[in-house]
Amino acid sequence: MENTKQVKLILEDGTEIEGTSFGAFTSSAGEVVFSTAMTGYPENLTDPSFAGQILVLTYPMVGNYGVPGEELYESISKIFESDKIHIAGLVVNYYSEEHSHWNAAKSLGDWLKEYNIPGIFGVDTRMLTKKLREKGAMLGKIVAETDVPLHDPNLDNLVAQVSPPDVQHYGHGQHKIVLVDCGTKTNIIRCFLERDVELIRVPWDYDFTTLAYDGLFLSNGPGDPKMCETTIQNLQKALQQDKPIFGICLGSQLMGLAAGGDTFKLKYGHRSHNQPVKLTGTQHCYITSQNHGFAVDTETLPAEWDMLFENLNDGTCEGIKHKTKPFFSTQFHPEAAGGPQDTEFLFDDFLKAVVEYKNQ
Amino acid sequence: MNKPNKVLILGSGALKIGEAGEFDYSGSQALKALKEEGIRTILINPNIATVQTSDNIADDVYFLPVTPYFVEEVIKKEQPDGILVAFGGQTALNCAVALYRAGVFEKYNVKVLGTPVQSIIDTEDRDIFKEKLEQIGVLSARSVAVTTMEDALAAAEKIGFPIIVRAAFALGGLGSGFANNMDELRTLVQKSFTTSDQILVEESLKGWKEVEYEVVRDAYDNCITVCNMENFDPIGIHTGESIVVAPSQTLSNREYHKLRSIGIKTIRHLGIVGECNIQYALDPVSEDYRVIEVNARLSRSSALASKATGYPLAFVAAKLSLGYSLAELKNSVTQTTSAFFEPALDYVVVKLPRWDLGKFAGVNRQIGSAMKSVGEVMAIGKSFEEAIQKGLRMLDTGKRGFVANRPEDELDHAAIDQLLSEPNEERIFAINSAFEAGYTLEQVHELTKIDHWFLQRLYGIFELSNQLAAGRSAGLDGLETKLLRDVKKAGFSDQQIAVKLLGEGDVKADELLVRARRKALGVLPVVKQIDTLAAEFPAKTNYLYTTYHGTENDLARETAQSVVVLGSGVYRIGSSVEFDWCGVQAVQTAAAEGYKTIIINYNPETVSTDYDVSDRLYFEELSFERVMDILDFEQPGGVILSTGGQIPNNLATRLADADAPILGTAPARIDEAENRHKFSSIMDELGIAQPRWKELTSLEAMQEFVREVGFPVLIRPSYVLSGAAMNVVSNNFELEEFLKTAADVSAEYPVVVSEFIQEAKEIELDAVADHGDIVSYAISEHVEFAGVHSGDATMYYPPQRVYVGTIRKLKIIAEKIAKRYEISGPFNIQFLEKNGEIRVIECNIRASRSYPFVSKISGNNLIKKATQVLLGKHVDRDESERVYDLPFVGVKAPQFSFTRLPGADPVLRVDMVSTGEVGCLGDTAEEALLKSMLSVGYKIPQKSVLISGGPIISKVALLAPAALLIKKGYTVYATQGTHRFFAENGIPSSLLFWPNELQEPNVLTYLKEKKIDLVINIPKNLSKGELDNDYKIRRTAVDFGVGLLTNARLAKAFIQAFCTLEMKDLKIKSWNEYKAM
Repeated sequence: MENTKQVKLILEDGTEIEGTSFGAFTSSAGEVVFSTAMTGYPENLTDPSFAGQILVLTYPMVGNYGVPGEELYESISKIFESDKIHIAGLVVNYYSEEHSHWNAAKSLGDWLKEYNIPGIFGVDTRMLTKKLREKGAMLGKIVAETDVPLHDPNLDNLVAQVSPPDVQHYGHGQHKIVLVDCGTKTNIIRCFLERDVELIRVPWDYDFTTLAYDGLFLSNGPGDPKMCETTIQNLQKALQQDKPIFGICLGSQLMGLAAGGDTFKLKYGHRSHNQPVKLTGTQHCYITSQNHGFAVDTETLPAEWDMLFENLNDGTCEGIKHKTKPFFSTQFHPEAAGGPQDTEFLFDDFLKAVVEYKNQ
Repeated sequence: MNKPNKVLILGSGALKIGEAGEFDYSGSQALKALKEEGIRTILINPNIATVQTSDNIADDVYFLPVTPYFVEEVIKKEQPDGILVAFGGQTALNCAVALYRAGVFEKYNVKVLGTPVQSIIDTEDRDIFKEKLEQIGVLSARSVAVTTMEDALAAAEKIGFPIIVRAAFALGGLGSGFANNMDELRTLVQKSFTTSDQILVEESLKGWKEVEYEVVRDAYDNCITVCNMENFDPIGIHTGESIVVAPSQTLSNREYHKLRSIGIKTIRHLGIVGECNIQYALDPVSEDYRVIEVNARLSRSSALASKATGYPLAFVAAKLSLGYSLAELKNSVTQTTSAFFEPALDYVVVKLPRWDLGKFAGVNRQIGSAMKSVGEVMAIGKSFEEAIQKGLRMLDTGKRGFVANRPEDELDHAAIDQLLSEPNEERIFAINSAFEAGYTLEQVHELTKIDHWFLQRLYGIFELSNQLAAGRSAGLDGLETKLLRDVKKAGFSDQQIAVKLLGEGDVKADELLVRARRKALGVLPVVKQIDTLAAEFPAKTNYLYTTYHGTENDLARETAQSVVVLGSGVYRIGSSVEFDWCGVQAVQTAAAEGYKTIIINYNPETVSTDYDVSDRLYFEELSFERVMDILDFEQPGGVILSTGGQIPNNLATRLADADAPILGTAPARIDEAENRHKFSSIMDELGIAQPRWKELTSLEAMQEFVREVGFPVLIRPSYVLSGAAMNVVSNNFELEEFLKTAADVSAEYPVVVSEFIQEAKEIELDAVADHGDIVSYAISEHVEFAGVHSGDATMYYPPQRVYVGTIRKLKIIAEKIAKRYEISGPFNIQFLEKNGEIRVIECNIRASRSYPFVSKISGNNLIKKATQVLLGKHVDRDESERVYDLPFVGVKAPQFSFTRLPGADPVLRVDMVSTGEVGCLGDTAEEALLKSMLSVGYKIPQKSVLISGGPIISKVALLAPAALLIKKGYTVYATQGTHRFFAENGIPSSLLFWPNELQEPNVLTYLKEKKIDLVINIPKNLSKGELDNDYKIRRTAVDFGVGLLTNARLAKAFIQAFCTLEMKDLKIKSWNEYKAM
């Protein structure tokens, strides 16, 4: 190994773990969370929902297939989930310095270096995960040469940091969808563009009610949903109307808040590709990709709202729907990338609702 | 839910290549799942050594062949309302398809639970399968199914070479192979048609990645993929022959989920309910793919996936077949989360196949599209390096890992190139040879098509070993903690470190030095749990492994009084499911006696490695190092190593030297039985006769010994050149010939030569002793005379033709031995008897292969008693006279897998070659024998039998059986000598010419034209002409699916049985009915 510099991972409870540096040899602080996904680090690392977080991967060998080169599709990334790495740091057991894949352009370490993100390997990630599971997600930092203070990203308006500065248009389909970008994954855009849609991507605080559109989409994004007050206010206006609304992840939490419900922080969140959800009132179950630390508190939902999906493991809310209007959301990621693609049909369901609405 | 009341389950019969212990595991889980529902279960499985055929697993068992005839008879009698056909491998599936086509299920109103038979047919018939995939736009290899040679050639023309030929409805790729041109194709196709009426001519995807998914679907259309697996060896090598890694390592998220989605779509379209396996070829340079096949049943891969993930696939599949939804079932590992989820692994699993090709003379050792391996191991680690090096040791082939193996002949570049591009079982080591010879990764990749990532890992191991070797001058004291930790993380054993650092000296002693140094430096493995969720949720799992990638144990030592049971390790010829049965029985007995039980084993095909068999399961190496690591950690009250066969038994002395609390007979005594010289002098001391023997180092010395004892003699070389490890020779010419072609003799490689007593009965005693006193025993008798390995012999229990006086003498000898060795626990003695004279061949102070057979037939569970003795419990001396009292007879028969081993000489000798066994019951010896012969694949001949009688002594033995055949209206064909001999004795036979006589009517022609239903070929002598001729007859019989017997005694017993009994005379009686007799 060319790189044998030692670095430390320090947690707010005082835990210090020594490991070896890869990626950028620098210090960085954030919230330490773990993901049990076994594939998809290029997708994960570029997912804006991970902004401000030091990511622990439980899968023990990482970097095996390198990182693909960038390609564009309709002016958005064809490969990645945004245009940069969003995590604050990466913690793994074993880093595969040599990689092998036909579409790899560089190693994971070199890619991290490009974005000045530190990585640490040689860590007992299972021990660390158990600690996070028991004590809950914790603040922490990767320390190289110079120490940095701990920093709680949940106190920042992370959405404001990852949301684009201005409105962008994609596609020429017949259904006009507004995407409120609180930190959207590009695969959501790709999913729409494959479905006869003209997409208007607007910043998180943009007053989209001024736009003419057929359906409204609320994206995923990082941090505490309650930070997005402006979005919630705009959303409340949209809920007064009858145009279909679909929210994913943070978008689902925003919908819950706008509807009058409450959200809470999960002890250590759901970050994995194997979360089982059940469509309420049916025998239909789906394996889903998830990445969230907050959730809608179903108990607080107003009477005209129902839980749409339920997590089979811990019973938490995996989506809500309005009893009469075409408003629904999922806490999980139907667009996958990474993870299972079993619920992508929800985009079709949404567009069906859009068509129905237009036909009225 | 409309649950059935009574369900019939089809087992897979004897273990054979392509169908092994995994189906004992699947069936046992299914039975457990149904039992929990209060459903009455009936099992048909003649494999008496399995756990699933033990007491209290199924409600009743039929030890009968899993064939349409017998299954229908059982259905007729038992009137079950449901049947499970997916838990007994291809044997059960083929049987079910036949019964379905014959309308039997409909006739008796039996519901096939789980995947409908039509879906099974859709996956098995290549044409329908392809069409089904096309309907949903899923790609499969371009191929044409054909039923004639002509069509096969035409199809190849259209598709273009290289071509792969596959046989439909075949176990583990039987009858498959690659062809690069028309000539190769012709040969291949001809052979394939002998195993299947339909074959598939297909585009070759050689070099593509091979990836599999285990998919589960419930009746509500909910689908999950429990595990994916990537083959280290690319397409071209059967997945059963491949090193397999779970989860996939070189697939991107897109590739992983693209294949996953296609799998789910396919399984939904096929309408599978339960579990299935889907195999893909994935282009290594794009996302292009082909679906290779779907196995609509539990498979070897599903057993592996269960063990790899902790997800109980067979158990869940059985529940789903009753109509449960996945969401209704709990994850049995966490007990809190749902069974509808996909396991997340935080470790890597590597499966490696175990071959035993060295046992077979003449076998083609190349590995490819058909399965030849006889067992497998699974290693768990947190890096590929750690897991694969563990795995290479687990194979128990004397390797220390990927590097630091015993120096062998250096391979030149040509040899390396050939091994890399045309692999045999040694290929993985050839990769290291290539690295040593300076090959680049790219060169190795070009020759092997193995993905760079895997090669990079192996190269990393190679580099680390060089780093160790570079520190040789500084020795152990100079070894830095960091390097030590790095090599341990890369899976190096203390022995490997010792060899690299200290050289090839006394490796076992050096290993102890490394161990001491390592412990002093605080470099210790940690114990981690397998919990299916990568620690996301708390889980009370007892499924454990050790790794050097970690700083914290997941749990503390077991503080209650505990017992460690060492498992059987890898299945190989000579040690398989019977020792898993013994291990499981030992664990259950210890648990019943109030102990916490801890199993160490690494074989994914076993029931003992099921997470709910013991209180703790260490899926780990059975090496001195790892067992000591676990004992250091757990500090158990005792260790049982006498129930797992030879692998744990071999650890006795070293563990004892390390003060491990070994239960039972003292390891020093065990050594006195294992060591031939010590054993011999003790027998002399006790006045017990043995066949005379000597360890010799030259031909002259051997000839001198032969002058003393006379021919024939049994030769056991310590260094074997070709397959024949042991042989009987009858004259000087043969002796010289054997030593020239098969064995190397020198002071370094001595040869053991023993007196060989002809026409001696072989009798076995399985027993339990307590502080030297025998408390229980069972005696069984071989059908064949001594000279056939006891594992290949057919056995009667109780003995049928042994004098009471002989039994008495045996018992006296056994008592002397038990006393002298102060045996506490299980043991087995093999005896020879001729003219009332008894000699002892060997004594094994451990449970033996025949333990489950005699225990189940007699109803006297020897292993339970043995375990109680081991635990220090008083066991009353068994006074019942069950030995002679049984109102029925049990016959154990061996299963051979010669069809799967092209080129191998299908002959029985003193070295074991069978891969499995069955045990059947009958009111008479003939009935039991016939049932057991039918269970291992023999058929009652329709019209004709070929007899090639061999030496005069066996020709004489075959006279009466031949007469019986004639009387029953069979045509008897005979080769020249036998023909003449029969004629002289008034038995009419039709002459067939020897293969080398090139004259018609020729034996080979008759075999190929299927004019012969059964071949009796008794090997005559070792002269080359005879060998070739006999070999050709035997091999052709096997290749063309004609029954073959090579032992006159067994042939006689078989003929006697089928000439006196018809199918309808074979009673359909369950085990409970026999027990009640």
